[in-house]
Amino acid sequence: MSNTNVAAGALLAALTWSQIAWAAPPEPYKVTDELVAAATKEGAVVYYTSTDVQVAEKLGAAFEAHYPGIKVQVERAGSERVFQRIGQEYSSGIHNADVIETSDASHFLTFKDQNWLTPAVPEDVAKMWPERDRDPDGLYAAFRATLTVIAYRTDMVKEQDAPKTWTDLLDPKYKDKLVKSHPGYSGNVMTATYALSQLLGWDYFEKLGKQGVMQVQSSTEPPKVLAQGERPIQADGNEYNVFILQDKGVPIKAVYPPEGTSIAYGNAAILAYAPHPNAAKLFYSFMFSQEAQQLNDDFGGLRSVRPDVKEKSNRTPLSQIKLLESDPANVRDAIEEIKQKYEEYFGT
Amino acid sequence: MAHSVDTDQLMGDKVTTAALSADSTARRHVGRLDLSTPLFLLLATVLCVLVLLPLFWLGYYSLTTKSGSPTLANFVRLFNDATIRRAFLIALSMALSVGLFSCLVATPLAWLVARTDMPGQRFVRSLVTASFVTPPFLGAIAWAMLAAPNSGILNNIYRWAFGLDQSQALFNIYTFTGLVFAVTCYSFPFVFTLVANAFDKVPSDLEEASAILGGKPGTTLRRVTLPMVLPAMLAGSLVAIVQAFTMFGSPAILALPAGFHVITTKIWSFFQFPPKLDLAAASAVPLLIVTMLLLWGQRWLLGRRGYTVLGGKSGTPRRVKLGNWKWLAGAYVLLILCVTILFPYLALLKVALTHNISEPLSWNSLTLHNFHFVLFEFSSTRLAIWNTLILGLSTATIATGIALVVAYLVARRAAPGAAFLGVLATAPIAIPGIVLGVGLFLAYANPTFGLYGTLWILLIAFLTIELPAGYQQLSSAFHGVHPELEEASRILGATRLKTLWQITAPLLRTSLIAAWCFVFIGTIRELSATVLLTTAQTKLVSVIIYDLNESGDYGAIAVLGLLLLVVSFTVVFIANRVPVLGGAPPRSGG
Repeated sequence: MSNTNVAAGALLAALTWSQIAWAAPPEPYKVTDELVAAATKEGAVVYYTSTDVQVAEKLGAAFEAHYPGIKVQVERAGSERVFQRIGQEYSSGIHNADVIETSDASHFLTFKDQNWLTPAVPEDVAKMWPERDRDPDGLYAAFRATLTVIAYRTDMVKEQDAPKTWTDLLDPKYKDKLVKSHPGYSGNVMTATYALSQLLGWDYFEKLGKQGVMQVQSSTEPPKVLAQGERPIQADGNEYNVFILQDKGVPIKAVYPPEGTSIAYGNAAILAYAPHPNAAKLFYSFMFSQEAQQLNDDFGGLRSVRPDVKEKSNRTPLSQIKLLESDPANVRDAIEEIKQKYEEYFGT
Repeated sequence: MAHSVDTDQLMGDKVTTAALSADSTARRHVGRLDLSTPLFLLLATVLCVLVLLPLFWLGYYSLTTKSGSPTLANFVRLFNDATIRRAFLIALSMALSVGLFSCLVATPLAWLVARTDMPGQRFVRSLVTASFVTPPFLGAIAWAMLAAPNSGILNNIYRWAFGLDQSQALFNIYTFTGLVFAVTCYSFPFVFTLVANAFDKVPSDLEEASAILGGKPGTTLRRVTLPMVLPAMLAGSLVAIVQAFTMFGSPAILALPAGFHVITTKIWSFFQFPPKLDLAAASAVPLLIVTMLLLWGQRWLLGRRGYTVLGGKSGTPRRVKLGNWKWLAGAYVLLILCVTILFPYLALLKVALTHNISEPLSWNSLTLHNFHFVLFEFSSTRLAIWNTLILGLSTATIATGIALVVAYLVARRAAPGAAFLGVLATAPIAIPGIVLGVGLFLAYANPTFGLYGTLWILLIAFLTIELPAGYQQLSSAFHGVHPELEEASRILGATRLKTLWQITAPLLRTSLIAAWCFVFIGTIRELSATVLLTTAQTKLVSVIIYDLNESGDYGAIAVLGLLLLVVSFTVVFIANRVPVLGGAPPRSGG
C-alpha cells in the first residue's frame, strides 16, 4: 500500500519539484570509434517521439544506414501522449526509452525538474545551436521547430475565399468546413492554443467552438484530412505535413496570418536511465547532424535552427514569417486551464 | 457459441472409444492422490487475486486522498463536474440505442436462419461469427473510411451516382447516430447468437397447436413463437448494451472527432500527465455499478426462460416456407452482411492499396506503398504482431484451462463451495475493460510488483477479461456430458483430474476448441484495458492501430487491420483443424 502511494505521490507531485542546481553543462562530445563500438554492442536505441511517424522512421532508417547493427525503435505518439507515457513509465520505475523528443517545450522543464534527463551536448549543438535553442545546463536542445498554421485545399477553396487571418475562421461561411487538432494530444497545438489565447483571448476559441469543427487529435492529421478531402480548411495543424503533402502533389497551401504564427520548439534529450546509453549518445548526436537536419527539412518539411540547413525554395522562408513565441514556463502554468477551457468550448 | 450447441450430438460416436481407452489407462494409476481440494484452493486464490485485487485498489483510490486518508471528495467532484455527467449520460443513451437496434436487426435474421427454409443458413451463421472476429475499433475505422461526410467512399459513390455536388452527403459517421450505427454493426452478433439458439429450441408442438386451432403463420409467429424467444431477445440486447456501454475504441475513433466524450474516453483522458488517478478510479465506479445492474437484469431474464428450454427436444422445429418472400429475405441478409463485413473489408482493402482514400480506384492508383511502410519501415510492426500472438495464444490456453477445471469443479460439485468459484469466474464480465485497466494499473504498476511494462500485466488483464467467456462456454457444455462415464472412470480407480483429462476433456473437445477460439479472438480485439497498460516494449497491434488513427495514417491502419484479420482467421482455422486438438473436421457455423 505504502509503495503504491509513494509511486502515486511521485507521479502527482511531479510538477513543482526541483532540487538539483546544475553546475555547468558537460563538455561537448564527439562521435568516437569507441562510442560507435560501444553503441553497436548495445545494438538498439529506443526513440520516443512526437514527429510524424513516417518522418521519424526516415530518421531511424538514415541512422541505421550509417551504423549498421543498431536498430532504431521508433515509438510515435502525440506530444502530450508521449509525456503521459514517459510519466507513467518513469513513475513506475520502467526505463524503456533512450531518447525523447516532443513538440511541447514545457515538457522538458518538467523532465529537468524530475531529473529524468542525462546531460549531453553533441559537438554540433555546442558549435552551431543558438543559446536560446538549447538548455544552459546541457540537458536538451531544439531538434526541430514546427509552425502551427491555417491551410486549405486550393482546388476546393478559391484563394480570395480562403481565410487570411485567425479571426477570419469565425466567418459563418466556414461553418462545418474546418478541421482542428487537439491541445490535449499535440504539443504544437498546446503551444499554439496558448499563444492565440494570449493574443486573441479565449473569446476567439469560444466562437471557433461553434463553427462545427471536425476534432482530430494529432497536429499531423489535419493536413491528411485535407488530402482525403474530408474537410477543405484546417483551423490549425502543423506546417510540415502540409509541405510533405505538397511534395506529393496534393493541392494544399499554408496561410501565415498577419497576427502571427505560433512556433513550437521540439526539444530532444537523452533520458537519465537510458537502457542503451551509448547508442543513445550516438543517435542523439546524429539527430543534430547536418544530414539528419537536412533530411528533416527535405523529406519532413520541418524547420531547423541549424544555420547550414538549406530550406526548399518553394517554401516561405522562416525569416519572412511573423512568429508568435511562447515561453515554455508560461505554457506549463497554463496547461490545465487550456485543457479545461478547451473541453468547455469544443466538447472534448 | 455455435459449437457448444452441437456438443451432445457429436458425443454419441466418440463416447464408447473414449471410455474404453480411459478404462485401461486409468487402472494403472489406482491409488494416486486426489488433487481436487488443493486445486480448488489454488484456483480460488488465483481467481480472487485476478478479480478482487484490482477492484480493491479501485475502491481504495476512489475513497482516499493522496495522503491516504478517507474522503468522499472524489465522488463529490464527480457529481459536480458537468462534463463527466454528460459523458456518462451520452454513453448510456448510446448503449441503450445500440441494444434496441441490435435486437431489431438480429431477431429477424435469427428467425430467417433458424425457422425458415431460406437457403445458405449455415453460411450466414458462420459469416455472422466472422463479424464477431472483426475488432469493433477496426470496424469503426473502416466505417469512418466509408461514411465520413465528404471523403467517405459511400458518400462519394452517392454523389457520383446522382450527380450531386460536394455539399451533399448521405451519411455522416461522425455523429451520435453514426456511433450507434458503427457499434451496432459489431454488437448485434451477441443478440443473434442467443436468439437463434432460442429459435432452435422453440418446441414445434405449441406452434402446431396454434396452427391446428386456425392461427395463420403470422399469428403463430406473433403470439406463440416470439413470446417464447422474448427473454433471449432481451437478454441478448442487455449483453449488447453492456458491450456498447463499456466500449472504448469505437467512441474514441468516432465520438471525439464529433466533439463529445463518452464515459470511457473521459476516464482515459484522466490519464493525461499528470494523471488524475483518484478521479479516474472514482469515475470507474458508476460505470462498474451500472454494468453490474445490467448484467444482473440479464441473468434474471435468462433465469426465467425456463419454459422454452423445457420443451426443447419435442421434435424438430417447424420451418416456415418463404415462397416468393425469399427474395426479400435474401436482400435483408445480404444488406446486413454487406454492412458488417463486406463493405468494411473492401474499404480496408481499397485504402491499403491506394495513396489516398478519396482517390478513384484504377490500375494507376494501385500502390504497395502502405504495405512497404508497415512491413519494412514501421519499426513497431514486428514486435506488436509477435506480442499480440504470444498473448493471444497464452491467454487462450491458460484461460481455457482454468475455465475447464472451474467448470468441472462447479458442474460436478467436486469440492465444497465450488459454486463460489463459478461466481468468481463469471464476475469479471461485469468489469468494463477500462475499469479493469485502471484497477490493474493501480494494483500492479507499483514498485512492489513492477509488472507494468511487462507482458505479464497484459496477460493478467486478458485472463481476467476473457475468463467469463471461456467459463460460460464450458459450463454450458458440461450439461451435455453424462456423469456416468466419469463415475465409471472413478470407480475404476482414476483420480478426478485423471478423469477430467482422459474422459471429460476429450468429450468436450469441440466446446474446448470453441472456448479457446473465443478467448483468442477476444484477446486480439481488446483495446480498452490494453491502451492503459501497454508500453513501448509491450505494444500490441490493437494499440498501434489506435495510435496511427490518432495521427490519421489510414493507409498503415488498413494494412495492419487486414494483417490482424488474416492472423485471427488463420489461428481460428488451424485451431479447428489440428489433429492434436481433436482433428475433427470443423463444424463451422453449426
